Amino acid sequence: MLKIESIQNGVVIDHITNGQGMNIYQLLHLEDQKQSVALLQSVRSQKYGHKDLIKIEGETLPERLDILGYLDDKITLIVIRDGEVVKKYHPVPPEYLKNVIQCKNPRCITSIEIGCDHIFKMSPSGIYRCIYCNQKISVH
Amino acid sequence: MRHLIDPLDFTPEETNNILDFADRIVTNRSAYAHIADGKKLATLFYEPSTRTRLSFESAMLSLGGQTLGFADAEQSSATKGETVVDTVRVISCYADIIAMRHPKEGAPLRASMYSTVPVINAGDGGHIHPSQTLIDLLTIRQRKGRLDHLTVGFCGDLKFGRTVHSLVNSLVRYPGNQFYFISPEELRVPDYLIDDTLKPSGISYAEVTSLEKTLPKLDVLYMTRVQKERFFNEEDYIRLKGTYILTKKMLQAASPDMPVLHPLPRVDEITPDVDTDSRAAYFQQVQNGVYIRMALIASLLGLEDPLTGKKVLPC
Repeated sequence: MLKIESIQNGVVIDHITNGQGMNIYQLLHLEDQKQSVALLQSVRSQKYGHKDLIKIEGETLPERLDILGYLDDKITLIVIRDGEVVKKYHPVPPEYLKNVIQCKNPRCITSIEIGCDHIFKMSPSGIYRCIYCNQKISVH
Repeated sequence: MRHLIDPLDFTPEETNNILDFADRIVTNRSAYAHIADGKKLATLFYEPSTRTRLSFESAMLSLGGQTLGFADAEQSSATKGETVVDTVRVISCYADIIAMRHPKEGAPLRASMYSTVPVINAGDGGHIHPSQTLIDLLTIRQRKGRLDHLTVGFCGDLKFGRTVHSLVNSLVRYPGNQFYFISPEELRVPDYLIDDTLKPSGISYAEVTSLEKTLPKLDVLYMTRVQKERFFNEEDYIRLKGTYILTKKMLQAASPDMPVLHPLPRVDEITPDVDTDSRAAYFQQVQNGVYIRMALIASLLGLEDPLTGKKVLPC
């Protein structure tokens, strides 16, 4: 079995649905992070059989972690300080997402307007929709 | 400052007040002939339109105001790459109110975020068309005497038919209404309308494919055109455009007081012989368009109704 060291300071994104780890890695732009990041795929899980997992080393947590609560309700965030778990929680999705995800509707004003923020709002049915065109969020 | 971007920007009470205002204009046009003297309406039409632009201009002129603007994106600075935001910031310096049509969904909303004068959405792509909704509501109310407890059939392009989306959003706010959505599979109502409007409201609705079988059940029929400009693939348009054609003969199966509405322009979805049937309400909609837009412009400009001495919309 592959062994990855524990982190002393940082966050673990745990219980990612098996196969979705890379999508979340890209969504959070972890390729731009200067901290150490480990993406583990198909890790054995007592609870779910298999899962993906991301470990991010560093004092500063990545932005936009709260969106993960919308993308995958199984996800658990584990915040670690000095080698100890200080917080463990399911992220709650925010009402608005600003410039987290691009609207992919070619008919939307965001597709041509320079400098236009991509803003999604949680709809009454619990789905993020573009405030301009009502397009449903798409992260894949 | 108020804008009209979505029909739901107005509460049901405000919507009823606008309809009442329009009814007062119908019977007292001369009383309103100068209430907008000295005011200017800018019509920013990035997409060709005959009736909507002229209707807005006619409405402003009927109130004593003046108009300026462009009728095509080719005549605007959009061809030079100017953003909607910059355009509306500039036009805000020239006019007191703006009516904007744009092929991209959400453009009028974007404009309203930066405009210093009221913005009216005069249609944004296949998305929404709130002033047409007010016209439709006024016409239905004039024909049926109410906006509640109606069975309304929507037929044709329900996917890109922005007038349908806007009218459905408004009619769910009145009690007891139910809908039949009559369309080919490819042009069904968009999922956001189902997920965010129809299901949460608990309203009764059905998606069907036969106009003939549905006609006898309806209090109101709303026909739409399959819009060539909304298709990326012309083959799809050609395949779907003649799916529903309403004829006078078919109307024999309908209720004798079932108005037939259509936002116009039509292509072949209503045959000309229907025009002489008393149920044809689409030219009444056109006339109502001027009255509604007069009421809307006056209300958003914060003008007092000379007959009541009151403003229709709270600022």
